[in-house]
Amino acid sequence: MTEYSLSHLKELEAEAIHIIREVAAEFENPVMLYSIGKDSSVMVRLAEKAFYPGKVPFPLMHIDSKWKFKEMVEFRDNYARENGWNLIVHSNMAAFEAGVGPFTHGSKVHTDVMKTQALLEGLNKYKFDAAFGGARRDEEKSRAKERIFSFRDKFHQWDPKNQRPELWDIYNARVHKGESIRVFPISNWTELDIWQYIRLEKIPIVPLYFAKERPCVNVDGNLIMVDDERMPKDIAEKAEMKMVRFRTLGCYPLTGAVESEADTIEKIVEEMMTVTVSERTTRVIDFDQDGSMEQKKREGYF
Amino acid sequence: MTEKNQNTSTDNSPFGEARGTLDINTYLDQDEKKDLLRLLTAGSVDDGKSTLIGRLLFDSKKIYEDQLSALERDSKRVGHAGEEIDYALLLDGLKAEREQGITIDVAYRYFSTNKRKFIIADTPGHTQYTRNMVTGASTANLAIILIDATKGVITQTRRHTFLVSLLGIKHVVLAVNKMDLVNYDQKVFDEIVAEYKSFITQLDVPDVNFIPIAALKGENVVEPTTLMPWYHGPSMLEFLESVHISSDRNFGDMRFPVQYVLRPDLDFRGFSARVASGIIRKGEEIMVLPSRKTSKIKEIITYDGNLDEAFPPQSVTITLEDEIDISRGDMIVYPDNLPRVERHFESMLVWMDEKPMDPNVQLFIKHANNTTRVKFDQIKYKVDVNTLQKSSIDHFELNEIGRVVMTTNKAIFFDPYKKNRSTGSFILIDPISHNTVAVGMIIDKLNAEDLPSKIVDEKTLEANKSRIHRGECLVSDAQREKRYNQKGTTLWITGLHGSGKNELAFTLEKEMFDAGATVVLLDGSSIRSGLSNELDFSPADRAEHLRRVAHISKLLNDQGIITICSFISPDENIRKQVVQIIGEDRFKMIHMDATMEFCKKNKPELYEKFEEGLIANLPGADLQFTTPENPTLVLKPENRATNTKTILEYLADHKIFPII
Ligand SMILES: Nc1nc2c(ncn2[C@@H]2O[C@H](COP(=O)(O)OP(=O)(O)O)[C@@H](O)[C@H]2O)c(=O)[nH]1
Ligand SMILES: [Mg+2]
Repeated sequence: MTEYSLSHLKELEAEAIHIIREVAAEFENPVMLYSIGKDSSVMVRLAEKAFYPGKVPFPLMHIDSKWKFKEMVEFRDNYARENGWNLIVHSNMAAFEAGVGPFTHGSKVHTDVMKTQALLEGLNKYKFDAAFGGARRDEEKSRAKERIFSFRDKFHQWDPKNQRPELWDIYNARVHKGESIRVFPISNWTELDIWQYIRLEKIPIVPLYFAKERPCVNVDGNLIMVDDERMPKDIAEKAEMKMVRFRTLGCYPLTGAVESEADTIEKIVEEMMTVTVSERTTRVIDFDQDGSMEQKKREGYF
Repeated sequence: MTEKNQNTSTDNSPFGEARGTLDINTYLDQDEKKDLLRLLTAGSVDDGKSTLIGRLLFDSKKIYEDQLSALERDSKRVGHAGEEIDYALLLDGLKAEREQGITIDVAYRYFSTNKRKFIIADTPGHTQYTRNMVTGASTANLAIILIDATKGVITQTRRHTFLVSLLGIKHVVLAVNKMDLVNYDQKVFDEIVAEYKSFITQLDVPDVNFIPIAALKGENVVEPTTLMPWYHGPSMLEFLESVHISSDRNFGDMRFPVQYVLRPDLDFRGFSARVASGIIRKGEEIMVLPSRKTSKIKEIITYDGNLDEAFPPQSVTITLEDEIDISRGDMIVYPDNLPRVERHFESMLVWMDEKPMDPNVQLFIKHANNTTRVKFDQIKYKVDVNTLQKSSIDHFELNEIGRVVMTTNKAIFFDPYKKNRSTGSFILIDPISHNTVAVGMIIDKLNAEDLPSKIVDEKTLEANKSRIHRGECLVSDAQREKRYNQKGTTLWITGLHGSGKNELAFTLEKEMFDAGATVVLLDGSSIRSGLSNELDFSPADRAEHLRRVAHISKLLNDQGIITICSFISPDENIRKQVVQIIGEDRFKMIHMDATMEFCKKNKPELYEKFEEGLIANLPGADLQFTTPENPTLVLKPENRATNTKTILEYLADHKIFPII
């Protein structure tokens, strides 16, 4: 490499910072969606870098489905406090109080009501005109085609057939009132890039990513962790302590663990390189139907 | 190489090959240093594009096992590849595409090897997807153009190559695929290469390479070929891993287009942007456009510590030694290396919208963090993407490409796209739908010779003739002359800044008024403060400004009124066109013929500003002032006492005023 060339990670970082600044410059009321996961953690760090030595000029918003792992919520609250983030936590309280949950209503209804609906509610409530998401194009087929500035109509719907052309690094940020843009600054990062960056930048992540003995039950081939007393007794009873970690984080009843000994980032990467199952398979919601992610995205889910 | 061979059989892991036998920390340390190659694949349907990409991904072990098993299931259902695994299914993600069996958008794929990380933009091949290919090409360092060996160089190949060169991609690989179907025959390959070479030399692609492959069999894709012993070059992947791209960027012309002004508190003012080109150095003197104020770089700030220099595509924040007013869209450059600062330029345009272009509608242009309005002055030609033939048209339809002349509302700071991809590219946004309707690559500012042509509004005149029916005028010229005792005439005073032209004009107005004439004075400041307030002092805008003045003067003359027009009007060509609008017989040119010394003494501030580089386009200095060819009168400022008398005598002698 010559003197004036960047490593791929530095190039991806520069691209992401450029995207984040562009949104801050062009939109009146942006928000960064924060899922507490590793991709979100990287994205927040990039935002901090973009505005250094100033503070991030927009809030973070977490859509709390009320079924997240306890450790996630703990991590979120501590970390936001320590770093002085302007953090909004939004939940679909009406549905929560009506008792919607994955065990009673199934994964499809729960995801729709507590995640998709809650997100739309949150976006409408604060009238955000741009929302950052930490999705990557290598995660899932339909994402491979999504723009970095992804247009959403008044109903927050995505139309994959009617996407704006996106050339060079010039982003079209024009929307009418009520319309919005979802922005994906880490679109071009791979899972390995994320881990590598977390390692190099020493970005704190939720301990659930690291292997530890945890009480788990095998439900239809997925290792589900017993995280609280809401897990139905007949299932919870079968729990065994297993050395496991999580590759992705979401609602605890819907997120399968993998058996693992990896308790450092290096070991995780090593394991990832020998493991043969892609990241998203541990998300139960993907099994619903073919093209299901595309369907969800059309409806407004990230 | 040996390391690679050892590992092909180790396991099914996605990164197995890349990792080799290294220990994990060493691996991660090495991985961190890899650079990034962005590439585009182009080919017509069924040339094997998806198969090649699938191979690159598969053979570098990036395909996850579960995706593979889903793939086997899918191939049985909708596959088009018969018995073999259909790699295309891995890539054609969206439902609609699967149903049609073609790729309809740009999809991005990621893989890495020991040496590099790769981002592939996979785009469809039909003419109706030109815009998708253009999109993929805009960020690519390199293009792989696929050819089916059984078909050879076809129309699509030419189109794809043209688009690749249009978008400024510097490295092209012609992948001659399906070599298995021609028995891996060297002759077939050589013929295709020869034909392609004769075509591509017409285009501007500096680095062209040729590789024979059989994507379906994996032949010469990752491992070097064994079935084509006559081929001595690298395999596709070896080539992609080794092609040198870091010097492709423009490191010569420093451009820092301010993206965001960082003001966390009153004491700190930082300017954030991506370095578009060149190298920005701490301590260097800079100039800010458009204000042309200068200062020095105080700090180059990043979260990871301050830098002494920054280069593209780094995103940094800089602070300056002096407090200068700078906002988003301003550009920071070195004073001895300025971009073009213009409102008029020519560019190649690609129309991206389903809705055809309406050349009369103003659009938004977004260029180097600047957004302003833009109008089309002229469509020079359209290029047929298949034959490269040029033809004239009056608007563009979806996927059409051509050359246009454009004018923006405020000046933009650009370089020709060929020299600078970042400051030479723009997008056009429809003000109503907000869609990105077109994208463009700037060729250059308008040639000086082309500029004055703007003033000849023959087109409008023609159109007006056929469309506008003027009412029958009930007052005759004779009646007007009798009433005013004068002939409607334009007294056009030309001369340099400081020649005393305005003084003459104002005295003349007063003396004529006192003598009973009906007279109107038009000068630069009165017209520019209102009617021409969006125009600047560039040659083209001067032309437009004078066109307006000429039309006002014509209207007034038509009503029998005498106009005194005091305008520098440095260009003889433009003056001639002014005469055309007003009419030769009632146009009197008065040249205020002052020496440069006289002018400088008379208006020292103005000429000093020019010498300090604070203003440009000053007639007689950096803008040529041509002496009028056949002036009615030539006056000297030294004779100011008698100049008005000379004019009044002329008017009386020629029965312009008074008639009797
Ligand atoms: N014989 C042969 N067939 C190939 C080769 N590469 C691709 N194909 C076949 O050509 C067809 C079109 O391939 P695909 O990758 O979908 O082409 P695309 O339209 O350019 O993406 C498929 O049936 C492939 O199996 C090759 O090297 N040899
Ligand atoms: Mg294809």
